[in-house]
Amino acid sequence: MDIHEYQAKELFRDSGIPVPPGDVATTPDQAEKIAAGYGGSVVVKAQVHTGGRGKAGGVKLADSAAEAREHASRILGMSIKDLTVQKVLVTPAEDIESEAYVGVLIDRATQAPMFMVSPEGGVDIEEVAATNPEAIRKLRVDPRYGLLPHQAYGLATFLYEDPKLVKQATRIMGQLYRAFTDNACSLAEINPLIVTPGGEVKAIDAKVSIDESALFRLPEVAEFRDLDAEPASETKAREAGLSFVKLDGDVGCCVNGAGLAMATMDLVKYYGGQPANFLDIGGSSNPDKVVAALEIITADPNVKAILFNIFGGITRCDDVANGIVEAARRIDIKPPIVIRLTGTNEEEALQILEEAGFSAFTSMDEVVEKAVELAAQA
Amino acid sequence: MSIFIDRSTRLVVQGITGRDGSFHAKQMAAYGTQVVAGVTPGKGGQTFETDDGGSVPIFNTVEEAVQNEGANTSVIYVPPAFAAGAIMEAADAGIEFIAAITEGIPVIDMTRTYAFVQDRGARLLGPNCPGAITPGVAKVGIIPGQITTPGPVGVVSRSGTLTYEAVNQLTEAGIGQTTCVGIGGDPIIGTDFIDTLQAFSDDPDTEAVVMIGEIGGTDEQEAARWVKENMEIPVVGFIAGQTAPPGRQMGHAGAIISGSAGTAEEKMRVFEENGIAVAKRPVDIRILIQEALGL
Repeated sequence: MDIHEYQAKELFRDSGIPVPPGDVATTPDQAEKIAAGYGGSVVVKAQVHTGGRGKAGGVKLADSAAEAREHASRILGMSIKDLTVQKVLVTPAEDIESEAYVGVLIDRATQAPMFMVSPEGGVDIEEVAATNPEAIRKLRVDPRYGLLPHQAYGLATFLYEDPKLVKQATRIMGQLYRAFTDNACSLAEINPLIVTPGGEVKAIDAKVSIDESALFRLPEVAEFRDLDAEPASETKAREAGLSFVKLDGDVGCCVNGAGLAMATMDLVKYYGGQPANFLDIGGSSNPDKVVAALEIITADPNVKAILFNIFGGITRCDDVANGIVEAARRIDIKPPIVIRLTGTNEEEALQILEEAGFSAFTSMDEVVEKAVELAAQA
Repeated sequence: MSIFIDRSTRLVVQGITGRDGSFHAKQMAAYGTQVVAGVTPGKGGQTFETDDGGSVPIFNTVEEAVQNEGANTSVIYVPPAFAAGAIMEAADAGIEFIAAITEGIPVIDMTRTYAFVQDRGARLLGPNCPGAITPGVAKVGIIPGQITTPGPVGVVSRSGTLTYEAVNQLTEAGIGQTTCVGIGGDPIIGTDFIDTLQAFSDDPDTEAVVMIGEIGGTDEQEAARWVKENMEIPVVGFIAGQTAPPGRQMGHAGAIISGSAGTAEEKMRVFEENGIAVAKRPVDIRILIQEALGL
């Protein structure tokens, strides 16, 4: 789960990382008031779950409260990579002597948290990694012992020479690691970590992703979820226990299992169509889930045909069949539905569907070809 | 022959009285697996009845299951909040092979858990995996037994149902399997592609391998390079997620394209560069295996 910069900064502040103050505005009026409260120059920053906000014009320096208002009115409502900006963070502008990068992520290859630090901050770290890899220092943290003091010091000395700065940065490394583990992050990034002319080290931007699996024990962090930042269909899917990602095509897909769901989408493309979504109904055999899935898929006006691909293992085919019949009774489904069911209780499922007037396939290729054909005809 | 599980497998089911654990304990026993014990804290002393009239003793701890029944393999169905603890308990009790079926264990917990398991010298499969099956001999996990049949092909996959699809097609074409292994879709897993490929390489009965991967991470790429250096038997590959958008998690916690890394296109290219025949559709897996085996 991605969280906003202002939320990430709250987590960082709680861990003791020096972060400048800031407040969130949803209207230009509010932005002006916040700016006036700080006095002097402020930065108005779009709060959306994507990088490249600066390039898109979503981060602006304002020398007065009136100018902050102007910037906010332009930024609020603007679209950055298809995401509409609904909040801005207003924060006092800082004078910057230097910018560094500090990040922690879960490294799959070494199966542990990994620090990445670079004295070249304020830019995309992937770019630095590609053009100037020597400017990045990586450190695998042994998850059993955490970040050890000499390791934190080693990272800090890669960024700074001045002992006063090294001391501050060493402390920040430890605080960031604690924020990362306490909040079950998959990524926690400070970019940039700045040095002010007065010699203070501060985090002026923050990016954090939280592991969804840990939210059950982090109620305060779970509250950070911004329902406005995701399509309504994805919220509904999550509440129904479905895994769903909206795409741009016209063939709605309903599949059990993530791997098979992806393979089904790929096969739609192979036969010349475009999938409208990724949807995994999971391993359970609950007809209500199938109803919810069909409600979500049919709510997308682009969908011209709906495709079911079910390989019954734990999932029982007859339960899915009952769900389809039940959904057809409860909601008005306009696009044609094609169904492939095979595995556990396949016979019963085929009978249920036949009696309700649906026809079913047992081959994955056949059903996908048929769905693509129907979508093209519509 | 087979890998990881065979006739000497003596299985303890952790979470045997839960909904999933009890269902699959019966299925595994019915398949012929030696289910020798169950563990549910607080229910020690009770017994678990299988469908064929068998009776499995339940213990409070894995240690007791090892001491009393000689369990050497564990399968875990306990809920996510307790599953990391269950894995470490199994490793501490001297279990050699631990299959964690549970989905949704926090990744940060797994980093510590896997380090612990490695220290104890145990092999972990998963978490968030369907387990493994040696057709006709034993199954540990949830892979449906009826879609498998004994034969010469090893199957290793990050997915569940997509694996069933591929295995089912092999079986329908009369091509059996030595062992089918689901390594799981999480970012931090125990046994990985290379570990499994190594085991298949060492197994005299495995004549070809199917490797099913998906978007996210670099495991498939590293495995492909390893195959070129180390494997003599043919490997057929498939990658799911060619149509997946970057930056979005596709169901599995590990199935996410970060920046430009971990795309299906990249993985398929690396497969081909390293001599792995790439199936464009699931149905092509069977066709390529038939070619590889000269059938």
